[in-house]
Amino acid sequence: MSNDQRKFLHSLWDMSSSLKLTMFLLIALAVLSIIGTIIPQGPPPQEYIAQISPNKLKLYQLMGFFDMYHSWWFILMLYLLTVNLVACSFKRLPHVWKTITRPEKTLSTGLEQALANHVTIKATGDQELMKTMVAAFLKEEFAEPVVTEINGDWHLFAQKAPWCRLSVYFVHLSIIIIFIGAMIGSLFGFKGFVNIVEGEGVSKVVSNSNKEIDLGFGVFCEQFSVAHYPSGAPKEFKSILTVVENGRPVPGYEHVRVIVNDPLTYKGITFYQSSYGNTGNYFFTISNPDGKNSVPLTVHGQSSVNLPDGSSMHVIEATDDISQYVQGLSGPAAQVEIHPPNGASEQFLVYANHPELNIRHAQQHGKGPVLDYKGAEQRMYTGLQVARDPGVWVVWLGCALMVAGIFAAFFMSHRRIWVRIQNGTVTIGGNASKNQAGFQVFFDQLADRLKTKFSGEVR
Amino acid sequence: MTSSLLFNITTFGYLISMLLFFAFLASRVKALGTAGIITAYGGLVAQSTAIILRWKESYDLGVGHAPLSNLYESVIFFSWTIVLIYALLDLKYRYRVIGAFVMPFALLGMAWAQLGLDSGIEPLVPALQSNWLLYHVVTCFLGYAAFAVACGISIMYLIKAGHEGDQNKNSNGIIAMFPPIRVLDDLNYRAIMVGFPLLTLGIITGAAWANYAWGTYWSWDPKETWSLIVWFVYAAFLHARFTRGWVGKKAAWLSIIGFGATIFCYLGVNLFLSGLHSYGGSR
Ligand code: HEM
Repeated sequence: MSNDQRKFLHSLWDMSSSLKLTMFLLIALAVLSIIGTIIPQGPPPQEYIAQISPNKLKLYQLMGFFDMYHSWWFILMLYLLTVNLVACSFKRLPHVWKTITRPEKTLSTGLEQALANHVTIKATGDQELMKTMVAAFLKEEFAEPVVTEINGDWHLFAQKAPWCRLSVYFVHLSIIIIFIGAMIGSLFGFKGFVNIVEGEGVSKVVSNSNKEIDLGFGVFCEQFSVAHYPSGAPKEFKSILTVVENGRPVPGYEHVRVIVNDPLTYKGITFYQSSYGNTGNYFFTISNPDGKNSVPLTVHGQSSVNLPDGSSMHVIEATDDISQYVQGLSGPAAQVEIHPPNGASEQFLVYANHPELNIRHAQQHGKGPVLDYKGAEQRMYTGLQVARDPGVWVVWLGCALMVAGIFAAFFMSHRRIWVRIQNGTVTIGGNASKNQAGFQVFFDQLADRLKTKFSGEVR
Repeated sequence: MTSSLLFNITTFGYLISMLLFFAFLASRVKALGTAGIITAYGGLVAQSTAIILRWKESYDLGVGHAPLSNLYESVIFFSWTIVLIYALLDLKYRYRVIGAFVMPFALLGMAWAQLGLDSGIEPLVPALQSNWLLYHVVTCFLGYAAFAVACGISIMYLIKAGHEGDQNKNSNGIIAMFPPIRVLDDLNYRAIMVGFPLLTLGIITGAAWANYAWGTYWSWDPKETWSLIVWFVYAAFLHARFTRGWVGKKAAWLSIIGFGATIFCYLGVNLFLSGLHSYGGSR
């Protein structure tokens, strides 16, 4: 390797292991992430495209702003973060490892000066006796010391929780574990969606990337129902599902109740209650404002029909009993949306038992035709989110490690105490990796107690 | 006694407490600071009682759930967590002045909730019917509250650091009452040391809930993304102290920016960005 190459590698290493880069990456990730919360993600809707200039649209598409969290530059930032993390750890770990496994066991004057806390006590008497006493004292009050003799001087060293210095590295490792879990999920799992009509079943679902996925078993929807609170707000969406394999219902997976926040899992594939709708027919009549020329009109499920005046109509929701939503009214009603050929769309209610309200609505809105509702043939379907994610446990493992690591990093401290007994003086020093203020209080008390011991026993 | 009467008493208590702290700052009479903290504790007790009472009231209405389900309830809870974290800090470190910079946040929350928000007890929509709601909201808001306290301390830090030079001629001004900047820096770090693990837990419980309810633990929804932005900012803060050129004022600014992002995550996302991704009203 030439000198230049070596220099280049050196500066590359310095940069990838620098904490300045960490600060830059963390702040840049925070700032750049904002883009995707302002620009809608996914295929941009027509209204949005109409709002911005074609040049802007082209730029946004080029930069991947419509799927920015998967764009090459965002992923690159995450890779850089990982490299930075690993390089930083490799740079610092050996030193930390040495601190833990091969601690300084003697209190040299140099070390003494470097310590934030140190006290010297005058004490006369037999050094060996003093050593035994201090050792017992440390064991009692702090931790069992290691005793070393150098040229007739005694050095004692005791420590607590040295391994907590590693917790930061576990936090950093946990980030990488979470990335790995996410990758396993995207490589070996899938997310999809399926609608099942009441009384029917499916054995395939469509994934979000539009692939057809064979489940390897069948799922039947026995029933779907919606419950409401007295106020009319939705209370529960409930599907009754049965898993079928080899033509037979699977024991334990028959008539399973699936509601929002309570999914069904079979063979690693989970079904989540997500949406619902009606594929049955809705029946209307359409007539002139004077009630003449009444003709039936059938709307199929979610689809739209064209009205004689050129507008299109679809049903948003229907009920058999409007009284639970509107006081003083009764009977079936449907909420419809009408898109006139020109002008804004409009939503309103059409009733079965209140023809006068239907006429009034038609009169208030020009001289359009009058709609009357005749009821529906309900055929509900349930909309289920379907997912398999073999990486999710790796992600949770990473999260658990992260939380444990952060707690240990913040609230545990590697505390060390050294004592040197030399020529009629006892010197005690100490330091802590965290919470120095708290340690100082502890240290002062320890030193005081040691002082009293010497004035009481040795003298 | 109803919960709403008690909430009004709480709001009043926090107002008095804040005024007492201001008077303490201006006059340096110790008794005023003590009165300020005692009033704050009294308000905290009243508010805790009110929250429990509202919980019970929801059961009496037949829609029982923890009072954490809409904006009104969450603002009240946020205010409660701010005073709680401040009270813990006071019990441990006894720097009374900090109250003058923290109580305004709590008062602002209570006043907004009581005057501007709909206080009706609503039944839970299906998406919120889960115990995860409790774990998720409690951890997030305790984290947010610690960041609010850190923000108040950082503002004090910047004021104090700005006057560092002329400390001698101005030694009996208000600023001389502030703890030394080294102490403020330490307290800022300690508050974030409480907030960061809680926010981390909040994000994780949110992800766990999303995974349990929808099958995706992360979908880059604006609320999720903003919580991650907040997390990045405070992670940067934590690393600032190991990075030359980033300690002191810059770190204090990071803490203030972090709290700005926190508030945007909590309120701004719903106010400004909700049109883009609807979430079935689940948050
Ligand atoms: C590029 C990415 C990162 C690098 C290179 C990096 C590096 C470091 C370094 C060198 C330390 C100081 C260790 C010491 O000497 O005590 C540290 C501390 C720490 N890091 Fe990171 N880090 C990164 C990302 C993160 C992230 C995303 C988190 C979020 C959880 C995090 C959490 C922590 C924590 C909690 C500490 C301890 C802080 C303290 O004790 O005050 N790090 N990091």
